[in-house]
Amino acid sequence: MIRIVEVKKVFNAGKPNEFAAIQGISLNLEDQKATVLKGPSGSGKTTLLSLIGCMARPTGGRIWLQEREITSLPERFLTEIRRKTFGFVFQQPNLIKGLTALENALLPAYPLGEPYGDIKKRGLRLFDLLDIGPKAQSKVEWLSGGEAQRVTIARALINDPAIIIADEPTAHLDTTRSREFMDILGRLKGEGKTLILSSHDPLVFESPVVDRVIQVRDGRIESETE
Amino acid sequence: MGARIERQKNILDYTLAALLRRKRKNAVLVLVYTLIVFLLASVVFFSRSLQREAADLLQGAPEMIVQRQVAGRHELIPLAYLEKIKKIRGVQAARGRLWGYYYDPVVGANYTLLVPESREVAPGTMAVGEGLARLRLSAVGDDIEFRTHDGSLKELKIARIFPAELGLVSSDLVLVAEEDFRGLFGMPRELVTDLAVQVRNPKELPTIAYKIAEALPDTRQILREEILRTYDAVFNWRGGILIAILSGSVLAFILLAWDKASGMSMEERREIGVLKAIGWETADVIQMKCWEGLAISLTAFLPGVLLAYAHVALTSAGLFEPVLKGWAVLYPHFSIKPYLDVSQVAALFFLAVVPYTVATIIPSWRAAIVDPDAVMR
Ligand SMILES: Nc1ncnc2c1ncn2[C@@H]1O[C@H](COP(=O)(O)OP(=O)(O)OP(=O)(O)O)[C@@H](O)[C@H]1O
Ligand SMILES: [Mg+2]
Repeated sequence: MIRIVEVKKVFNAGKPNEFAAIQGISLNLEDQKATVLKGPSGSGKTTLLSLIGCMARPTGGRIWLQEREITSLPERFLTEIRRKTFGFVFQQPNLIKGLTALENALLPAYPLGEPYGDIKKRGLRLFDLLDIGPKAQSKVEWLSGGEAQRVTIARALINDPAIIIADEPTAHLDTTRSREFMDILGRLKGEGKTLILSSHDPLVFESPVVDRVIQVRDGRIESETE
Repeated sequence: MGARIERQKNILDYTLAALLRRKRKNAVLVLVYTLIVFLLASVVFFSRSLQREAADLLQGAPEMIVQRQVAGRHELIPLAYLEKIKKIRGVQAARGRLWGYYYDPVVGANYTLLVPESREVAPGTMAVGEGLARLRLSAVGDDIEFRTHDGSLKELKIARIFPAELGLVSSDLVLVAEEDFRGLFGMPRELVTDLAVQVRNPKELPTIAYKIAEALPDTRQILREEILRTYDAVFNWRGGILIAILSGSVLAFILLAWDKASGMSMEERREIGVLKAIGWETADVIQMKCWEGLAISLTAFLPGVLLAYAHVALTSAGLFEPVLKGWAVLYPHFSIKPYLDVSQVAALFFLAVVPYTVATIIPSWRAAIVDPDAVMR
């Protein structure tokens, strides 16, 4: 369970271009459920996801991850939580060019000190599961949009996280690919993962996989549908 | 423990894979870097060898030399002076030395002629340096003509050739018998070039030098330390050019490091952001950059130093030859003994590897401490 209490995020505080992207959001996210943040562009979806995923600290309020209050933890611990608990699928693929698809997917596991052979085996299994096994040794520049996205999913899953955060995952995909992606998410949810997504794509928030849709506007929760 | 090593191994693997992506850029970098290390190491090894050469030279030099001065210039000194010197307390031995220079118009080179203390060279023969023999295309048993002071010709037979390994000074050396030397230069029997004095206790050298100056007011005393300084001056003058090369390479090196430090591309920044976002710690990123700096600088350092050693040892710093040629026409083939000591290599290492690695780390550290959420947009 993730408990978000009165969280605020102000960018450039104290400067003329000060901007409050999140203006006090309280929210409980249950384990093993799929939640979608929905809202117009600039409403604060990505910002909220980055706060939940320990990518940035809120300006005010608190966030509990299970029993742990994460907003006051030092950077080292945040990194630790980030790589063990969360898997990220970013708005952009953010793959590292010049490396192979497989190498990209294995990157989050490198600093954990597992033998390379083990990591690789795990990575290849994920690639098979995601139907991109034959692309493992291709350079990421050559991948199609859908393939690249599945590489980022493999990368998000390599450390076997409990929570998957996906920011606009279908923005660069066609309808078929988007459906496939939702199927993959359904499978992951079936395996017991918690999913937190952001999207304004009906294919996502109307999907049967999704348990809960939260409408965000101007950094506040506007409404919620189960 | 095992996990730590695996972690380093994985990070190193990534670093190498990342470096190999920009093969051409990194190859050029390593190449330039190697060249700089090569120049730097060549200068260090070479000047070190010259220093040693000078030190060796000095080992055989007498503790004190007494020269006669006339009108402030070096003059031939009467052998009779020896008697007065030998009477001074603390003087162990004193002898006259005969040496001078001879210009050979055939090859346009100056030889150093010397009468050895031991009577090892028979009249009518000589022992010559390897450089001279090569220049005159002569072998043992050949005669070489000298033009004497009165214009007549005198032939001397080569009895022995010093091997090149004997070093810099022996290259243009000619050892001749006393009568040949006097005959060649028309030097009267009672005069010598200068006097070499040996003392019982080196601590007394300044006192004895003072006493000699009192007893023989028209002489000056040159102590071994002073000779060292003179040689140093000569080597230093040559060294000055080397220092120019040295500072040039250091400068190039700093530019390289600076370029590295300031020129972190957007691409690199983004990559660091991605690594942080997917769970790398700042420390992991810095370690990765540390490996990168080490990989590049060591790949350049090792061949650079080895090449420089070969350059000094095998070709006697042949690339510096045009610069140093003024030394003597005989210079080109003198071979210097390379000296390699650990402290030198260590100094080179610190000069070449450490700053570059640091220059690689610092900007990445700055890029790595920002919040990773920038990658989310
Ligand atoms: N580092 C920053 N500095 C200043 N303003 C920022 C910063 N990051 C985000 N913002 C602003 O915060 C607001 C919310 O941004 P956010 O990326 O969370 O929106 P979003 O809901 O994800 O939009 P989209 O659907 O377009 O991705 C935007 O108006 C954005 O301009
Ligand atoms: Mg967004």
